[in-house]
Amino acid sequence: MNAEERYTPLNWPDHPETQTLEGKNKFLGFWLFLAGETVLFASLFATYLALKDSVPDSSHPLAKDLFNLPLVFAMTMILLTSSITSVYAIYHMRNYHFKKMQAWFVITVLLGAGFLALEIYEFTHYVHEYHFTFGSSAFSSAYYTLVGTHGAHVTFGLCWIIALLVRNAKRGLNLYNAPKYYVASLYWHFIDVVWVFIFTVVYLIGKVG
Amino acid sequence: MNMENEQVKNPNLRAHHDYRRKKSAKEMQVQVVTFALMIFLTIVAFIAVGIGDFSVKFIIPFILLLAVIQVGFQLYYFMHASQKGHELPMFFMYSAVIIAFVTVLAFVTIIWW
Repeated sequence: MNAEERYTPLNWPDHPETQTLEGKNKFLGFWLFLAGETVLFASLFATYLALKDSVPDSSHPLAKDLFNLPLVFAMTMILLTSSITSVYAIYHMRNYHFKKMQAWFVITVLLGAGFLALEIYEFTHYVHEYHFTFGSSAFSSAYYTLVGTHGAHVTFGLCWIIALLVRNAKRGLNLYNAPKYYVASLYWHFIDVVWVFIFTVVYLIGKVG
Repeated sequence: MNMENEQVKNPNLRAHHDYRRKKSAKEMQVQVVTFALMIFLTIVAFIAVGIGDFSVKFIIPFILLLAVIQVGFQLYYFMHASQKGHELPMFFMYSAVIIAFVTVLAFVTIIWW
């Protein structure tokens, strides 16, 4: 089968992402990678929980002094919305609507960038207002490592999706790039999965004690 | 596939295409409902913490439960794990969840600093 063959909405397969052997391998390999990522984040969460509020003296801020729930709520809503927009993108991919798929991924990227901007604002706010830097306490190191690793994943996800959009802009949809888009959307959802635990375990539980 | 064959098969293709369009439109409706539920669960979690009247022993398990439900929606609907062909991926993910759970449990119970 020629993966770059031109299709029409009529003969486009139901599950284009797993039509070719390469697509099947990407799909399975990517889920294995996500399982590995789950373990990576579990170790960071575990470290954070063990070191939460471990500060050298009372002049250092604790979790409940630091976090600002309205900001975290806004970040959560933006990231959650970017998750449904990438579902729309994959919906249009399965219907062979290349332009609509690209458009929904562009919206996803914009929302992701909005999330990232708020996270950068949050970190600089902590550094300037509370002198809460990476090296100020065991708590701050654990916090920045966990939330920063998530932020790095968001950054990587944005670059990845932008690269796909630009690279395939004139190429259209085929069985060669459909698995690439599909796997990128899985990555984006996984970023949201991690964020659900971050806003619950770090921010909300941080506020209650 | 040459042109002639495609012409012969077209009525079938058309019917299959229409059926598939309807099916994915239905699936998309379910996704939107899932999204609304996820927003709702998030708002409930933030309000429960924002009110600040509940005991810590209640609120922590409660918001963790909301997070687990929300992640289930994300995996099974947004990431399509409820569709067939996801047996091995889910085996990977549940193995990871077991390791994740034990790691976190160890660090919050038997760590000494």
